[in-house]
Amino acid sequence: MSGWTRKDLLGLEELSAEEIRLILDTTRAFKGVGQRSLKKVPALRGKTLINFFVEPSTRTRTSFELAAMRLSADVVNISVGASSLQKGETLKDTALNLQALQADIIVLRHSSAGASRFLSERLEASIINAGDGAHEHPTQGLLDTFTILEKRGKIAGLKVAIVGDILFSRVARSNIQALVKLGAEVTLVGPTTLVPRVFEKLGVRVAHKLDDVLETADVINLLRIQHERQRKEYFPGLGEYVSLFGLTKARAARLKPDCLIMHPGPINRGVEIDSDVADGARSVILEQVTNGLAVRMAVLYLCAGGAGLPS
Amino acid sequence: MNEKSKTLLVMDADAIRKAIRRIAHEIVERNSDISRLVVAGIPTRGVEVARRLVDHIEEIEGVRPDLGVVDVSMHRDDLSIRGRLTAVVPTELPVDLDGRPLVLVDDVFFTGRSCRAALDAVSSFGRPSQIQYAVLVDRGHRELPIRADYVGKNLPTTRSEKIRVRFGNLDNVPDSVSVVKTEEA
Repeated sequence: MSGWTRKDLLGLEELSAEEIRLILDTTRAFKGVGQRSLKKVPALRGKTLINFFVEPSTRTRTSFELAAMRLSADVVNISVGASSLQKGETLKDTALNLQALQADIIVLRHSSAGASRFLSERLEASIINAGDGAHEHPTQGLLDTFTILEKRGKIAGLKVAIVGDILFSRVARSNIQALVKLGAEVTLVGPTTLVPRVFEKLGVRVAHKLDDVLETADVINLLRIQHERQRKEYFPGLGEYVSLFGLTKARAARLKPDCLIMHPGPINRGVEIDSDVADGARSVILEQVTNGLAVRMAVLYLCAGGAGLPS
Repeated sequence: MNEKSKTLLVMDADAIRKAIRRIAHEIVERNSDISRLVVAGIPTRGVEVARRLVDHIEEIEGVRPDLGVVDVSMHRDDLSIRGRLTAVVPTELPVDLDGRPLVLVDDVFFTGRSCRAALDAVSSFGRPSQIQYAVLVDRGHRELPIRADYVGKNLPTTRSEKIRVRFGNLDNVPDSVSVVKTEEA
């Protein structure tokens, strides 16, 4: 039987194609809420959401915060500097304290893969994964998929190129899960050090030249080079990276006229993408941000409802 | 324990058509300016009743009222006790709702909670001059002080019975309203 029955969103790997479609359909309805004069619905009235970000984030945290507010939930933000983790408390103990404060939903960002699953197995509160290490960032994968679906009307059969720092990218992993399940042809593009062939096991293709996919791609999703995580040995230098994998004006000119240009942000202008291309007509980078809010409303709504099921 | 269910047909396609036709006449009688009227259905089958009402009103008056959809799932007060959720259907209402009469439409009128949620949803879009409520079937068991302005059929039921509404164009079976009784055997 169809429908949503989960209290947590830990990753897209465990979701069926049907569950992903249900979230995307629900997102469409919540996007409409943002277009009303009164941008607020009472669905989560009386619920408490805690944004628990053990790794820094501005856009994801703000997006979850606004999403919760538009659903009439009460929101508290805890960031790494202010938390007792600094004083030596374990993640589990901090989370149990949040639950003792009667938090209904905990949105967790953590540098360790599996951190949100760890909490979901120990807490009654709904746990939403807002990024766990290099593992998954499910709401980003969903918002990217929603943006493609909204622009192109379908996912199946589309050729999607994900370019750049795949090895450490939870965004890439969540995108791959959603897109492959919905029938897209995904190609990962980057230097061999950042895009090893082992990714082919996820049902995607691997390419080491951006020029090979430019003319056929329906969607090109550029991932940020993570300076802060990147060890120098993965590629010789930014200059060389740009010359091989940067979406320059010259390369953008070879894309299909209706190719969507995406980026999860924050963008490094002049590195993954030229300024003019980022601001151009085919870029949907800011629409991704708007859609992220709607996706997060849909996810919070569904998980709050799923929490009511007898287990 | 075996569960047996018994299905009793209470309205066939012709009875449904006549009931909707009569409600259309009543709406025309009560609302002098049909061109300003908005008829909005509550998903899923309320939307279909609303669509048919608008067709009949156009036939009767030669003017087609605006058709809308009002999602109530975001506005219900029982999210955490509902369990399995299905996708939410987007609300579609004309942007200029202020000062216009609105008829909310549902298939089955039961506790009144959907109607309350619909009233709440509408208020975040605008301020209609008045809101009327039309239902295909009123099965009783109200939990709120809400009544319908237009009723296709009054159908006294027990709480354990279910009302099943089917429309040919949605369900691939002939239009029907049935009472489903579940008996423990």
